[in-house]
Amino acid sequence: MQQVEVQPVKEQQSYDTQATRNWRLVRRRFGPFFTQLVLAVLGLIFGLPFLWLVTTSLKANRQIFVWPPVWFPDPLIWRNYTDTFTFAPLHLYALNSLIIASAHVFGATIVSALAAYAFARLRAPGKNLLFMVVISTMMVPGVVTLVPLFILFARIGWVDTFLPLTIPVMLGGPFFIFLLRQFFLSLPEEMLEAAVVDGASQWRIWWKIAMPNATPALATAAVFSFIDAWNDFMTPLVFLNSRAKYTLALGLQVFLTEHGAEWGLLMAASTMVLLPIIVLFFFAQKQFIQGIALTGIKG
Amino acid sequence: MAHAQATRNWRNTIRGRESITFYLFVAPWLIGFLIFTIGPVITSFILSLADYSIVTPPRFIGLDNYRDLFLDDRLFGRSLYNTGYYVVIFVPLQIALSLILALLLNQKVRGLTIYRTLFYIPSIVPVVANSILWIWILQPQWGLLNFGLSLIGIKGPLWLNSVAWAKPSLIMMSLWGSGGAMIIFLAGLQGVPQHLYEAAEIDGANRWHKFWSITIPLLTPTIFFVLVLGIIGSFQVFTQAYIMTGGGPADATLFYMFYLYRRAFVFHNMGYASAMAWILFLIILLLTIIQFVTASRWVYYEGERR
Repeated sequence: MQQVEVQPVKEQQSYDTQATRNWRLVRRRFGPFFTQLVLAVLGLIFGLPFLWLVTTSLKANRQIFVWPPVWFPDPLIWRNYTDTFTFAPLHLYALNSLIIASAHVFGATIVSALAAYAFARLRAPGKNLLFMVVISTMMVPGVVTLVPLFILFARIGWVDTFLPLTIPVMLGGPFFIFLLRQFFLSLPEEMLEAAVVDGASQWRIWWKIAMPNATPALATAAVFSFIDAWNDFMTPLVFLNSRAKYTLALGLQVFLTEHGAEWGLLMAASTMVLLPIIVLFFFAQKQFIQGIALTGIKG
Repeated sequence: MAHAQATRNWRNTIRGRESITFYLFVAPWLIGFLIFTIGPVITSFILSLADYSIVTPPRFIGLDNYRDLFLDDRLFGRSLYNTGYYVVIFVPLQIALSLILALLLNQKVRGLTIYRTLFYIPSIVPVVANSILWIWILQPQWGLLNFGLSLIGIKGPLWLNSVAWAKPSLIMMSLWGSGGAMIIFLAGLQGVPQHLYEAAEIDGANRWHKFWSITIPLLTPTIFFVLVLGIIGSFQVFTQAYIMTGGGPADATLFYMFYLYRRAFVFHNMGYASAMAWILFLIILLLTIIQFVTASRWVYYEGERR
């Protein structure tokens, strides 16, 4: 009995040369160490730009233009952060960005969910055709519609208002409809059927049963649409003119053109634009990771 | 009368009521689609056949815009070349880098969440903030990158100010934001059934075999997804160039979208810009179709076995 068990091991050993056996031993002992080393180096490369951002934002000019670079500013110039506000109303830009982002979130969650629920759960003639339309619009590059939309909005007096940046997105987006439909399809049939038998209207079922059960997917949609809006540069660039209406992204770019050499100020302003996104990431880490995974695999 | 009666009856059936609810539910999206998507797409095509500068009414000129683009416009070719260069170099590098990061993080390593966060966050940094940060990193005299290179004895180039290095600079900066693709790959890797590896181990497969015969084939759908999205996205590269280089030096970073933007919103050649938009649309569409058609040769779907 014992011999039978030992045999395959022996066979394998006779296959290996001394060299491969040594190599295997080395790898078993140092493999994890090697992975850890590579990760540490990559982590350093990915992290250094952030460190560079924050330290520069706290430097006085005489420590910015020096060779070799200074990593620890002395003294710490916190004034860079307060000074940016005297040159650019970042708080006003932030408020504008927030208003526009809210419209994005509303459209990506409530309105998209309404359509997504219909596509997932209701029967109607023409439904499949319309869903194909949803899918195909995801592939139309935004630039194709940009010029006609600009002409349209210029005609009806919407240019230099928030309307071009809010109204279209408040009507729902194909990507979010697609994402939420997948989720509504995965809800158990009985959960919704029971309500139909009870005579609840589809509106009630959607709002009282489907929506509360879709919170993870809705949170993902909210997070993604918020980031999209917060980071968008081209749409505000095209549709907004007056400074009081600028978003943070646009305001930051103008700040760059006007204070191009004042790196302490520029880095302080960039840090403040970046901060809300990082805070959001730490609070909604699960939604980020799950959401990307969800879209990645289902797509 | 009979027809009206029939309609009323249909409206009262369960099926009929459900259909009406369906159309009410999708109405906001449908209205938005008609006004803000399909309407503009059609208008854009009509405009591409016209000479239009907003102040004067559009004038129909047939295919002249397209002819001018292909025959007379040096910058059109230049911007197409710049964009092609960016796509061809960036997309494969992004896939390789994000796949390597995902493979590293898919092992039992210490500090997994910290590394995942560190690799992912650059991909959600607002492009404008990112661009400003990288102008400063790439600054030839005081920048971080050339300092790093000087430590290993290399005198760094002028990066954004150099015709040869401007595009690679932007590609490098974009690679820093590969974290999104990494998360997609991580999810893909976690979907690879463990029992396949165990079976392969019994057959005496080494790590290398397992990687090429199990991991990569089962990841091909994910690679395909990242590839398609990566190509669509990087053809529309714009903001970095607008902020960091203004298209220069010597038009080295004048990407297609940037040139289109200039034509439309600086020179107000709305017809011309629409023709450019349609050409971009067709290029992206064609490339996407080619990828889907050739996918069956290299993308592995589990369902196929049955």
